[in-house]
Amino acid sequence: NMNQFLLGSRVFASRSFSSAAKEMTVRDALNSALDEEMSADPKVFIMGEEVGEYQGAYKITKGLLDKYGPERVLDTPITEAGFAGIGVGAAYHGLKPIIEFMTFNFSMQAIDHIINSAAKSNYMSAGQISVPIVFRGPNGAAAGVGAQHSQCYAAWYGACPGLKVLAPYSSEDARGLLKSAIRDPDPVVFLENELLYGESFPVSAECFDSSFSLPIGKAKASSCFLSLFLGKDVTITAFSKMVGYALKAAEILAKEGITAEVINLRSIRPLDRPTINASVRKTNRLVTVEEGFPQHGVGAEICASVVEESFEYLDAPVERISGADVPMPYAANLERMAVPQIEDIVRAAKRACYRAAKSVPMAAAA
Amino acid sequence: MALSTSRRAINQFIKPLSSSVYATRRLTSDSTATITVETSLPFTAHNIDPPSRSITTSPNELMTFFSDMAEMRRMEIAADSLYKAKLIRGFCHLYDGQEAVAVGMESAITRKDCIITAYRDHCIFLGRGGTLLESFAELMGRKEGCSRGKGGSMHFYKKEGGFYGGHGIVGAQVPLGIGLAFAQKYSKEEYVTFAMYGDGAANQGQLFEALNMAALWDLPAILVCENNHYGMGTAEWRAAKSPAYYKRGDYVPGLKVDGMDVFAVKQACKFAKEHALKNGPIILEMDTYRYHGHSMSDPGSTYRTRDEISGVRQERDPIERIRKLILAHDIATEKELKDIEKEKRKIVDEAIAKAKESPMPDPSELFTNVYVKGFGVEACGADRKEVRATLP
Repeated sequence: NMNQFLLGSRVFASRSFSSAAKEMTVRDALNSALDEEMSADPKVFIMGEEVGEYQGAYKITKGLLDKYGPERVLDTPITEAGFAGIGVGAAYHGLKPIIEFMTFNFSMQAIDHIINSAAKSNYMSAGQISVPIVFRGPNGAAAGVGAQHSQCYAAWYGACPGLKVLAPYSSEDARGLLKSAIRDPDPVVFLENELLYGESFPVSAECFDSSFSLPIGKAKASSCFLSLFLGKDVTITAFSKMVGYALKAAEILAKEGITAEVINLRSIRPLDRPTINASVRKTNRLVTVEEGFPQHGVGAEICASVVEESFEYLDAPVERISGADVPMPYAANLERMAVPQIEDIVRAAKRACYRAAKSVPMAAAA
Repeated sequence: MALSTSRRAINQFIKPLSSSVYATRRLTSDSTATITVETSLPFTAHNIDPPSRSITTSPNELMTFFSDMAEMRRMEIAADSLYKAKLIRGFCHLYDGQEAVAVGMESAITRKDCIITAYRDHCIFLGRGGTLLESFAELMGRKEGCSRGKGGSMHFYKKEGGFYGGHGIVGAQVPLGIGLAFAQKYSKEEYVTFAMYGDGAANQGQLFEALNMAALWDLPAILVCENNHYGMGTAEWRAAKSPAYYKRGDYVPGLKVDGMDVFAVKQACKFAKEHALKNGPIILEMDTYRYHGHSMSDPGSTYRTRDEISGVRQERDPIERIRKLILAHDIATEKELKDIEKEKRKIVDEAIAKAKESPMPDPSELFTNVYVKGFGVEACGADRKEVRATLP
């Protein structure tokens, strides 16, 4: 029956790659990518808090100290400005550092090195000083960790020329994009998500190959099975964990006859404007989804891009779903309100399709 | 002026030889003959035995020191005029007075050793093999500049000469320098990095963060504090509870050096390199002085007296010191030295003339070097519908 068909759509879609769909967690995808790239290039090393003997705060670097030794897997003191700077200096000299921030909230302590020492150096030196560094770690909200540990940095880093900013969703994304990031000659900010680490995804056969990589700057458009045949009504852009929410929203929408094309951005900078615009030109409606703060967010940039490039194709105003415009609260009910939920995406998509009931905004007493 | 110089030169012979000229004299014009010189002051040491005050040099080396420092001096003074003529814009931080640090350091090391500094970088750049043309052209934002006009005064680089910039953010260059040392050790090179910073930057937290790691991992890093006693307009005693910068490393040994004495600098850097290769980081505090203000926007006289500035010029100028030594050892005559200075003026003027002819960068350069690998993405100008480029 239709429901079973729809629920199985994701698995069905991946069948085109292999007959027995193999699965991999995001954690294993990242770990294997690090392992293979360190094996392939002796200049690659990892530096960060607890990456070595503790096996990684989130076990992403598990086993690497034993395999590569303390000269290539370095435990640092809790001094982000210091070790980020040391990493950038090592990159100046030709090594390929992978700097782990335990979360990107702590990257703010090192942000001067990410922007001023890393991102701008190739330009200021007219190409003399390149910086082949990767800054990686969990980004955005986890669960119940409060205001100082929940911010999404995609918009801030995504604004900076000279940086590349990636945000994987699935295991295949994680593996392919991390490999590309490590091989890339420019500074890359690699935004992972703590809540995705344990999630398992089917992966293609080629994903297991050590030469596998995904291109930087290319988004991935996917839709639930039904949309392939019934046309597309709305484009939903998302990155990281929100891709999963967007796909679930797409399934719900499909049952109501609205087919959505979900765009997994994968790359915040460069942003794949051609793919986004091509999709909007097909669907004529857009919902942007992100976890981060709304003002000057990734969705704001996508909206501006679409208005500039594809204005005549829009049949409805662009809808933005984002984190709430407040520091992240701790109480579970408030936290739930501060982060996008699947129903928010569904509601916005319906609004874009002029199918929603007139919404009465919740009165806020400030 | 000439008279007082020669009178001073004569006085050197009459007075008991003052500290800087104590030497064994060889009455030979052999340019590689050894001369033994003593540093003006003994080294003050922290947690380490200081090196000897006695240094061997040669007439060749003395003349090279004089020539190099004179060229640096002339370059900076010319930059002052260019800035006032509005040919140099934005920031311009001049190094005149501090030449002995750049020249002394260079003489103790190789081009495979790395140097990184902050924004007072023109003379270090020259010492690392940069040319006057590259320097002036960069200052004026022209194509032939060392950064093709895209960096400016604070962003000179010469990677093949082991010079990693040129940095505008006070203190950031120290962790970066320790990162260079990390890479040197990682690659098993037997070379060191000199990470230079000022008395202002000496209070930066990231310096201590990186120094801690350098000490933990035994990195071949030498931290060189060019203490010119003023962090912008703030005197060291107003900014640092402990202005004994050579001691600030605590568990890291340090040496206080007369930074106006090129031989003291050379000796200290040689000593530091040997130490760092075996034992990890060490701090060198160079007691030096800048004649100009912090930058060309700062007259430099609101927070210090003109008497202080002229006093240092008279008593401690690094070039004058070498001049006295050269004259005392009959290596060259006063006229010959003056001719060298005239020659420096000439080559500096020629470089400026050539730099003035160098064109500004092509507008397409706005979009080059944003990335090493741009994937053909689009970047835009102020009006994205007007100006767009594909990043190579």
